[in-house]
Amino acid sequence: MLKTRIIPVLLLKNGVLVRSRNFTLHQSTGNYIYQVERFSEWRADEIIYLDISRESSHDTDTGNSVIGSTSSNISKNSNKDNDIISVINQISKICRVPLTIGGGIRSIEDIRKRLAAGADKISINTIAIDNPSFIKESSREFGSQCIVVSIDVKKENGTWMVYKNFGKNSTNFTIDEWIALVVSLGAGEILLQSIDQDGRGNGYDLELVKHVEKMVEIPIVVLGGVGDFEHLLDGHKMNRDVALAAGNIFHFTERSIVNAKKFLLKSGVNVRV
Amino acid sequence: MPKDLFSAEGFAQVCIIDYGLGNITSVYNAIKTLGFNVNISNNHSDIEKATHLILPGVGSFYSGMKNLQEYDLIDILNHEVIKKKKPILGICLGMQLLASFGHESKYCEGLGWVKGAVKRMNKKLESEKLPHMGWNNLSATSNSTLAKNITENLVFYFVHSYHLIPEDKTIITGLCDYAGGFVAMIESENIFGTQFHPEKSHDIGQRLIDNFLNYRAG
Repeated sequence: MLKTRIIPVLLLKNGVLVRSRNFTLHQSTGNYIYQVERFSEWRADEIIYLDISRESSHDTDTGNSVIGSTSSNISKNSNKDNDIISVINQISKICRVPLTIGGGIRSIEDIRKRLAAGADKISINTIAIDNPSFIKESSREFGSQCIVVSIDVKKENGTWMVYKNFGKNSTNFTIDEWIALVVSLGAGEILLQSIDQDGRGNGYDLELVKHVEKMVEIPIVVLGGVGDFEHLLDGHKMNRDVALAAGNIFHFTERSIVNAKKFLLKSGVNVRV
Repeated sequence: MPKDLFSAEGFAQVCIIDYGLGNITSVYNAIKTLGFNVNISNNHSDIEKATHLILPGVGSFYSGMKNLQEYDLIDILNHEVIKKKKPILGICLGMQLLASFGHESKYCEGLGWVKGAVKRMNKKLESEKLPHMGWNNLSATSNSTLAKNITENLVFYFVHSYHLIPEDKTIITGLCDYAGGFVAMIESENIFGTQFHPEKSHDIGQRLIDNFLNYRAG
């Protein structure tokens, strides 16, 4: 029987690992190579890296006030040493489980470069919304299994609406419309993130997790809100098909993934230990 | 680090066949970590010099065969694998291409080293999804070279919608219980294939690759 996947998500901003809350607060959380090594050893089933470096024009309005106050080295600009390709090059050498890279993808060439550097899957978000045919084009070029569409949603008047640009701008897509479209265009997997729950630590948006049950054939990874291991179990109970992802909780606890899996196994979840 | 020296040739020299499909970097990294000499190439002399070949690949059967033809690799591979009995490991699509023919997108002849067909999987349970994606158990036969001395639970990373159905059932060395059960590993003399991705399957995958690279024909 297929195992329930437990997936840590790492956020990278200008070459530095960060954490986030409601998509805005960013604090440094350590060295990206060391972290991927630990996650790999702790039996993470996959690792997702999202590069949330922003264009300098964006940095000032949303980022700097918060970022500047948490760590001095975060606002440094991307350069040759910390650019995402060099990061992928380094982490793929030690990451021995599937590695998904997302953030800043604007072209087929961007995908090709990341795969050549050692990524296994590519997560796309804003470009998919701006130009949905990019999903088709990229999945044809690299295979569906390689194209993860990351979907950020926020509840508005009882409906989950899809957001883009790191959750800053709303789109006119409801979650149902958008998921149906990305699947028809050849997406291989969905990374579904609740903006409302991001970084709050009070659990997944369980209604959302339930809502997507049996909706599509392709795998769905849920992200956003896990604050303790019980929340992983809650998500699984709500929808047994989803893969369970989390960010912050896996960063701050020693042997976090090993312990999360022990807990889940004891609770009857079929995980790889 | 490799444990065994090759008496005549020194360490295994691995060539990962580059035919323009799939992510080869992770295969390269996995072999490099084990301490073997490895290159990624479609150069005939690199393929001739290698002691072990790896045929990786993701994508469709048709594009796989088309690329092997376009890169002019079919004759040299036939020579090295069939005539010279050089060990080869096909991974995922690379395993499927070993078959006589495939049905993905259209009927297409394969390398034909393993008699059999590649077909789309059929779900047997409502809860099963395709592609079959994620970590699953492998039941290996006791005579398997690839799974030799691996005592942990055999759990590997899969991502595929098609599977190889070999005519000769004696070459099957691993089964996976999904979509009614499918052949996940084959071994026929110097020809090896895994439907799963050992290079993405953590320690246990490394061990399996190590077993392959320590295999010597004859």
